[in-house]
Amino acid sequence: MKDILQELESRRETARLGGGAARVAAQHGKGKLTARERIELLLDEGSFEEFDMFVAHRCTDFGMEQQRPAGDGVVTGWGTVNGRMVYVFSQDFTVFGGSLSETHAQKICKIMDMAMQNGTPIIGINDSGGARIQEGVASLAGYAEVFQRNIMASGVVPQISLVMGPCAGGAVYSPAMTDFIFMVKDTSYMFVTGPDVVKTVTNEVVTAEELGGATTHTRKSSVADAAFENDVETLAETRRLIDFLPLSNREKPPVRPFFDDVSRVEPSLDTLIPANAHTPYDMKELILKLADEADFFEIQAEFAKNILTGFIRLEGSTVGVVANQPTVLAGCLDIDASRKAARFVRFCDAFEIPLLTLVDVPGFLPGTAQEYGGVIKHGAKLLFAYGEATVPKVTVITRKAYGGAYDVMSSKHLRGDFNYAWPTAEIAVMGAKGAVEILYRSELGDPARIAERTRDYEARFANPFVAAEKGFIDEVIQPSLTRRRVCRAFASLRGKKQQNPWKKHDNIPL
Amino acid sequence: MFKKILIANRGEIACRVIKTARRMGIATVAIYSDADRNALHVKMADEVIHVGPAPANQSYIVIDKVMTAITSTGAEAVHPGYGFLSENPKFAQALEAAGVAFIGPPVKAIEAMGDKITSKKLAQAAGVSTVPGYMGLITDAEEAVTISRQIGYPVMIKASAGGGGKGMRIAWTDEEAREGFQSSRNEAAASFGDDRIFIEKFVTQPRHIEIQLLADGHGNTLYLHERECSIQRRNQKVIEEAPSPFLDPATRKAMGEQACALAAAVGYTSAGTVEFIVDGQRNFYFLEMNTRLQVEHPVTELITGIDIVEQMIRVAAGEKLSFGQADVQLNGWAMESRLYAEDPYRNFLPSIGRLTRYRPPAEEKNLASAVRNDTGVFEGGEITMYYDPMIAKLCTWAPTRAEAIEGMRTALDAFEVEGIGHNLPFLSAVMDHPRFVDGAMTTAFISEEWPEGFQGVALPSGALRRVAAATAAMHRVTEIRRARISGRMDNHERKVGTDWIVSLQGQTFPVSIKADRAGADIRFEDAEVVRVTSDWTPGSPLARLFVGGVPLILKVAKATSGFRIRTRGADLRVHIRTPRQAELAALMPVKLPPDTSKFLLCPMPGLVVRINVAEGDEVQEGQALCTVEAMKMENILRAERKAVVRKLNAAAGASLKVDDIIMEFE
Repeated sequence: MKDILQELESRRETARLGGGAARVAAQHGKGKLTARERIELLLDEGSFEEFDMFVAHRCTDFGMEQQRPAGDGVVTGWGTVNGRMVYVFSQDFTVFGGSLSETHAQKICKIMDMAMQNGTPIIGINDSGGARIQEGVASLAGYAEVFQRNIMASGVVPQISLVMGPCAGGAVYSPAMTDFIFMVKDTSYMFVTGPDVVKTVTNEVVTAEELGGATTHTRKSSVADAAFENDVETLAETRRLIDFLPLSNREKPPVRPFFDDVSRVEPSLDTLIPANAHTPYDMKELILKLADEADFFEIQAEFAKNILTGFIRLEGSTVGVVANQPTVLAGCLDIDASRKAARFVRFCDAFEIPLLTLVDVPGFLPGTAQEYGGVIKHGAKLLFAYGEATVPKVTVITRKAYGGAYDVMSSKHLRGDFNYAWPTAEIAVMGAKGAVEILYRSELGDPARIAERTRDYEARFANPFVAAEKGFIDEVIQPSLTRRRVCRAFASLRGKKQQNPWKKHDNIPL
Repeated sequence: MFKKILIANRGEIACRVIKTARRMGIATVAIYSDADRNALHVKMADEVIHVGPAPANQSYIVIDKVMTAITSTGAEAVHPGYGFLSENPKFAQALEAAGVAFIGPPVKAIEAMGDKITSKKLAQAAGVSTVPGYMGLITDAEEAVTISRQIGYPVMIKASAGGGGKGMRIAWTDEEAREGFQSSRNEAAASFGDDRIFIEKFVTQPRHIEIQLLADGHGNTLYLHERECSIQRRNQKVIEEAPSPFLDPATRKAMGEQACALAAAVGYTSAGTVEFIVDGQRNFYFLEMNTRLQVEHPVTELITGIDIVEQMIRVAAGEKLSFGQADVQLNGWAMESRLYAEDPYRNFLPSIGRLTRYRPPAEEKNLASAVRNDTGVFEGGEITMYYDPMIAKLCTWAPTRAEAIEGMRTALDAFEVEGIGHNLPFLSAVMDHPRFVDGAMTTAFISEEWPEGFQGVALPSGALRRVAAATAAMHRVTEIRRARISGRMDNHERKVGTDWIVSLQGQTFPVSIKADRAGADIRFEDAEVVRVTSDWTPGSPLARLFVGGVPLILKVAKATSGFRIRTRGADLRVHIRTPRQAELAALMPVKLPPDTSKFLLCPMPGLVVRINVAEGDEVQEGQALCTVEAMKMENILRAERKAVVRKLNAAAGASLKVDDIIMEFE
């Protein structure tokens, strides 16, 4: 018996070494942690239970049978984050460069299947050179097996991808189909074709960092949802995100003890809206003052900054926030903002996370770039997402809610549960100037008359009361009391049940 | 007594006057400009009158507009505050003509003291000590030596037409006086085409000490002791105190009596201040007289117990002072810190914007201490570019100077201001500066102690340890809360550990925490155990703790694996990690700050409305470079760092795309 135990321990020892001390040192030299170190930081101390530690590949080509390291380049298993269960896989760059083989894929698939069965999130840590060339099509098949599971898991359990090294070619499509992608600045990149191929095919010269680094994907492509300074910070922030998410679509969003006053009055919000309608203000201030303990986990902070998306807690419970940001492009909707917010709304709806929408939107961004880019269909994504969402929906219009953008931003007509407006709200088909120029075209030559007409229009329509008279606004509320009103609104919606008609699936304008 | 008074001012001083008037049962009228519609003084007053656009020269200091406000409201008297119309004889005359009382001195006194030369002559005539000097023309070097000897060394030899240090010499001996005269004259002739030279006493180790006066219309003139205002930055007072740590009773009495003599000589009534410059040997010389309420009057109120504004109102109403010189107390010590909307890290550049958070420390008053905050702003208010950047005056009082300083340190730590740049860290730095604590300051204190500007405070190791102990305890509480989230695996919950590594300001403190219901014992590596108790809860932006029994106040913000902590002028990033986390974190590369861009890129598609700089201009961090209009909104683009503009690539009126280059820097 003792011998067997000794053998187990020595086999474990070998497996834990991964690619060996030299490769581990090289990994550290690049500023990266090893697959196992990353799992240690992601999970509660001592909570990791490993699967398939001794799995080895079955390839016999190219002399591969000579080296069959235990684990085959990926560490898989489960553990807890603040006591809540998650499944995790972590690719080991020190073993065959983290390349994906048939067995490597099978290990990932096993924990994905378990996560689906048990209803817990899947965290994937990506650090891989790509397909294992020696295995050929078996490796490609492995990818597709993972893809199929990503697709099936989508909307069932939260899937988070941490790109902490290379992730290129077919490998990118697994993270692409997960709910959130975090990257590490300077040490990670993602692209379908790398700089060498780009050069050969298009003669374009570009570095890996420019082509697919964290900056590119958080600012330009919006592939990544956030980027952090290093592995340690990325893993700590991933734990923070997991604290906001339900374990699956079968569970309610998590609740944790909170130390904030539900009825907290914020007198400063009464002066948030500047006297001049053309002066921007920072919507983030409102989010932070509404949230429990001013805690806001922003998603895609660097992309389409004219709209803010992210998670807060109200009374300890997760709420998704979508808010127009007047400091950027006056908070208008455009292609990028619509896509960003639509995806976020659909995530929240899929996982029963209530939605708070803060509206100050002057309309859609005009221009050929927008029309040629298909703003019609992209804008429709957000409209569609709000309209199909059955989670509790509370909306507060702080200032402008003009035109079609008013409809889109979780309006009453899209089954909004509580639609509040501040006294400064202006719910109208358009701004006074534009409206008057259309309504009184014949008087355009008379500036005094037009100015009078504009004043009349402002007096009549630049307020929340026309909409309130029609019941499109449930109540005009005092800004300083917004937290209490919004908390009570969500509290009243805890029992909300709403169902969309049966369908195989919808046909959102992709 | 008046039934209604108008306050011809804004900001903290208007609020302060309203408070006293209200206590006296007098109705108040505030005036306001467009920029002050929502200002605090407007909220506090019984009646408000709009007087025009934001710039003061179109509103607050337009005499006609203020007069109209007075007549339309039927105010019987006007308090001018400080600045604006407070020392404008035309305004005082207009009031006199309208039969409205001016809560300030007679017109003649304002006029007499408003002129530097006249006031100096009057002071000399009244027997007030003035800086000795010879105003006549000096013809040769030997005469210069003779005069210098009469004045007494050291002397300053100055060109009449001089300025900017040119044609200026300091002489400590005959030889230096001779040489200095020659070189000053040559330089003056070359620089200004005017070689007239005069000589005056050079005041060494100068301190700014002023006497507060109070006089009624019945021949009574009293001095309410002195204030020391030596902590100045470019002639802007930053910290004041009363009494001065430098004066002895004899000097105080001499200064007070001379100041009273000057006031009597000009028939002064109301409150006024005589400013002196005092040298290292306690020789004092008259500088000027301010014929108004001073900004720093609260420190005098705190040590004398006299409400100066109340006395001004009573005197203006013709009342006699109800106390005499012997009744004027000098009780304890008072400090005042001026809170400016100026960013100390950006060379004290004025900062404007919305006060997203403004929580002054609680005001209190008891036998052992007092905290007073005179403010004109509120959370959610706007700091505009139109007026003085001073937004509050924080005062503390205690029986001794050391206690008053300690009270100020605590009060500054508890003062929460967010949304704008402000000088709180700098004020804290002064309060902890040994030279200030010793009372050994001169008017050059700030420029001597921070010659390169203010870069923030590095906490000494003792203080750092206290912060480490406090944050370790706070982090443990935060992590325990996280581990109490719903949806946990029963019986397999996370156990929050006891061993933590705290790193801050480049130092690392391994600690072990033993917590009980009342607090936590933090054990350091050297076996020192520090008890931390606090009612702080996770997410709270202000932590009041006792660390080893001593109070500690921290401003707290969330940050990955720890906090951002601000205390005692320091701004710290604190990491608190488990030993294993710390071990792995140590493997992370130290990154250099990101490549500093040489370009200003357009952040959004829009129209350039204004370019505020020219090629070759040196711009400061935070300075407005240009305005881009997008979606009818004006967005001001600011310099991210100090730089020189090399080239402008866009002009006003240009339409730009995202990332178009607006300007290049060197």
